[in-house]
Order: sequence, then structure tokens, then C-alpha cells
Amino acid sequence: MENRHFDVIILGGGAAGLTAGIYLSRAKMKTLIVNEGTAGGQMVLTHEIANYPGVESTGGYMLGSTMKNQATSFGAKIFNNSKILSLDLTSDVKSIELARKGKFTSDAFILATGGRSRPLNVPGEDEFKGRGISYCATCDGDFFQDKEIIVVGGGNSALEEAVSLTKYANKVTVVHQFDHFQALEHYIEEAEANEKIEFIMESEIAQFYGDDKLTKVKIENMRTHEFTEMDIDGVFILIGYIPNTELFEEIVELTDRKEIIATRDMETNISGVFAAGDCTAKKYRQVTTAVADGTIAGLAAVEYLSNKK
Amino acid sequence: MTLQTNLPHVETAEDLEKLINENENVMVCCGRMGPMCLPVYDIMDELSSEYENVKFADMLFDTPEAAIIRNHPACASFAGLPFTMYYKNGKVVKATTSIQSMEQVTEILDDKFAK
Ligand SMILES: Cc1cc2nc3c(=O)[nH]c(=O)nc-3n(C[C@H](O)[C@H](O)[C@H](O)COP(=O)(O)OP(=O)(O)OC[C@H]3O[C@@H](n4cnc5c(N)ncnc54)[C@H](O)[C@@H]3O)c2cc1C
Repeated sequence: MENRHFDVIILGGGAAGLTAGIYLSRAKMKTLIVNEGTAGGQMVLTHEIANYPGVESTGGYMLGSTMKNQATSFGAKIFNNSKILSLDLTSDVKSIELARKGKFTSDAFILATGGRSRPLNVPGEDEFKGRGISYCATCDGDFFQDKEIIVVGGGNSALEEAVSLTKYANKVTVVHQFDHFQALEHYIEEAEANEKIEFIMESEIAQFYGDDKLTKVKIENMRTHEFTEMDIDGVFILIGYIPNTELFEEIVELTDRKEIIATRDMETNISGVFAAGDCTAKKYRQVTTAVADGTIAGLAAVEYLSNKK
Repeated sequence: MTLQTNLPHVETAEDLEKLINENENVMVCCGRMGPMCLPVYDIMDELSSEYENVKFADMLFDTPEAAIIRNHPACASFAGLPFTMYYKNGKVVKATTSIQSMEQVTEILDDKFAK
């Protein structure tokens, strides 16, 4: 059992989790990072990061890889692409069971599970993913050369990507649930000035149709509740992010938006359980803020463990 | 030109033919260095020690040589990177489009390439 026991287990291998891993392993804490996805987390989704101080401009994947290498070089162990079967955060000795790897225990946990793209959750969405439905304009835009597409959303990313997708598509229709946008003025102005972009406001996609490819959507007007159908080649869903906290519901204290509530020292309501990064309740979600949270959570966990010994 | 991954790279259509004809079970991920593709390369890298009966490789989507995958009938309806191909005895037995999870990949490997 000895080599299956860690001082700290970190859930999440994004900017916050990797930073906590760097600080903990440098402080000679036996550290395991359990990550459901690829090391780097949302940084991997970012082609270019130009606002990380000290680094002029870099690919998100590169920044994530460097953080991962720093954590492992100081001794942290990382399991990527892991599936969690069970989790016990409340006992004095905490534990986690992973598919294909078994059970591990620790004296403290750091929750740094970040967030993910919000899906629409309507019929046909899973079926047509990659066959007309995309969540990444920079990845899949060029499949829609001279085609007609929809961008769902009314925030900064939706409007920015709607403009960038006009490089490929003949026509881009922005479908947004409200009668106004939640984006910065210059994104709105740029989208409204683009002749290839049309807007369907106060409306939501209710269903996706097609055979082996997406061909049509059903749109509901949220004011009149009337349905219309529209032939379409592609739909980009850019409606924001949700925190990855399902696993902690009923265990760790969450806000009504399902974000983890943490103190300034990143402590949760459970002794020995800390939280960091985009999964916590906070206003600004950036790599810098995730890294700052990860630093504090790592150092607070070190202090917690030394007080415990 | 190749991708910057830890996987073996397939550079030409001829290389791909050779790989799938000389090995019973082959998984090839054809993509770019983008956010939907990187997780799949990462999963393949991790699984390569676990599935010794499968050869794992990647191929750059944007080379003319990758037309062998891009234009394969199994990919006719695909509009999301990466295109991931599973070959058994030289024949495509499964193809997927867009990002896949560890569970989705292992389910296909266990189903198509059972030891
Ligand atoms: C498209 C895009 C562009 C962006 N551009 C910028 C930018 O230019 N500059 C900037 O500063 N910020 C940018 N951001 C925001 C920034 O990427 C995030 O704020 C930051 O990376 C969050 O880091 P994190 O570690 O908190 O979470 P994440 O990066 O989300 O990492 C969480 C990790 O935890 C894993 N995970 C999820 N659930 C579990 C679980 N139950 N158990 C274990 N692991 C789990 C996930 O797979 C992931 O790897 C961008 C975000 C996006 C989506």
C-alpha cells in the first residue's frame, strides 16, 4: 500500500493543477496528479496565449507541456486520460479509485478540475458531432468553405468566431437566446458590420437533423414559441463553459452555478481539501489566475500537512 | 512534414499501405496540432504500452499524401478533425471524426481488436 499513498492528490492537470503539482513536489511532498483529459487542460484549446507574463506569445499546448514537464521533473506523478470510479474526500485518509489503475490514498486533495464547453443538450447533438456540429472554429472552419453555417451564442467567443468563420462560409447566422449580446462592444460592432453575418435573436436550436451528416436544424423562437426549420451545413456551438464539479456535488460546498466555494487560502468546507482554478467561484478565469490559485492551494496544502504531522 | 507527437508518424500513402498490410491491427489518427487532435494522440500514446497487439501512428492531415484517409469512403460525412482510422488486416473496420475520449477509443479497440 505504501507506494499507493501520497501526501497530496490533485484532481485536474490544467494550469491550476500543474502549478499546485510544481509547488508541492518542489516542497518534497509526494504528489499525484489525476487528470481526466490531456495535460494542460483548456490551455490545449488555445492556439495562442499572448497574455501570460514573461512569455511573449506561445501555443497553449506548449505552455501546458512545459508546466507538465516542470511538475514531473520535480517528482510529481501524472496520470492523464483517467477515469474516476470512486472518491472519498471526507475521511481522514482520503482515497480515489481509478479505472485500469486501482485505488490510491492521500492526506490531502486539491480540486482543480476546471471547466468545459457547454453543450446545448438537444436531440441530435451527439449524433452529429464532427459531422456538421463543432465546438472549435479554428479546428473545423475550413470544412465549411462556401457553405452556410450557424454560430450559436452571443458572447465574445461566439461573435469573434462568427467573424472569423466568414473567411470560409458564404453565410453565417448567429442564433442567440436573448435580445442582446453579452459581448464587448467591439466584437458586436465587427459582427454587425460583416455582410456575411445575419442574426436570429431570442431563439434557440431545438433539434438537429440529417442522415450521416447534419442537414437541418429546428429553431424555437423563445418569445412566441414558434418553430422554424432551416437547412444548414454546419453549426458551431460557442455558448460558454461549465465547471467540472459534478463529482463533488453534495460533498463540497458549491455555489448555485456549481462552482466550488473556497477561502482566500483556497480551502473548501472539508478539512484537507483545497480547490484552485476555473472550477472555483471567481470573476476572472485566465491562465494567470489559475496559476495563482494553484500556487496558493499548493502552499496551503504544504502548511496543512506540516501542521498535521 | 510530420506532427510533433510521441507517436510513430506515417508520411506517405505508401507507408500507410505498408503499415496496414504488415500489421493485423492498426490505429492511425490523421489530424493537426490542434485542440481536438492533441487529446487523441495523447490517448494513443498512453495506450500503446497497454495494447501491444495494435500499432499506433499518426499522419498530418494537410499533406497531399493524407488524401488516402481524407478521401476514404468511411470519412465521406466527416467534418471534424481528427479523422481516426482503425484497420484490421489492411481493411478499415471503424473510423471516427472529431475528439474522442479514452473510453470511446478503448471501447473500439476492445471491440475490433480483441486479443
Ligand atoms: C478557447 C479558449 C481560449 C482561452 N484563451 C486564454 C488566453 O488567451 N489567456 C488566458 O490567460 N486564458 C485563456 N483562456 C482561459 C484559460 O485557458 C483557463 O482559465 C485556464 O486554463 C484554466 O485552468 P484550470 O487548471 O483551472 O482548468 P482547466 O484548464 O479546465 O483544467 C482542468 C483539467 O481537469 C481535468 N478534469 C476535469 N474533471 C476532472 C475530474 N473529475 N477529475 C480529474 N480531472 C478532471 C480536465 O480534463 C482538465 O485537464 C482560454 C480558454 C479557452 C477555452
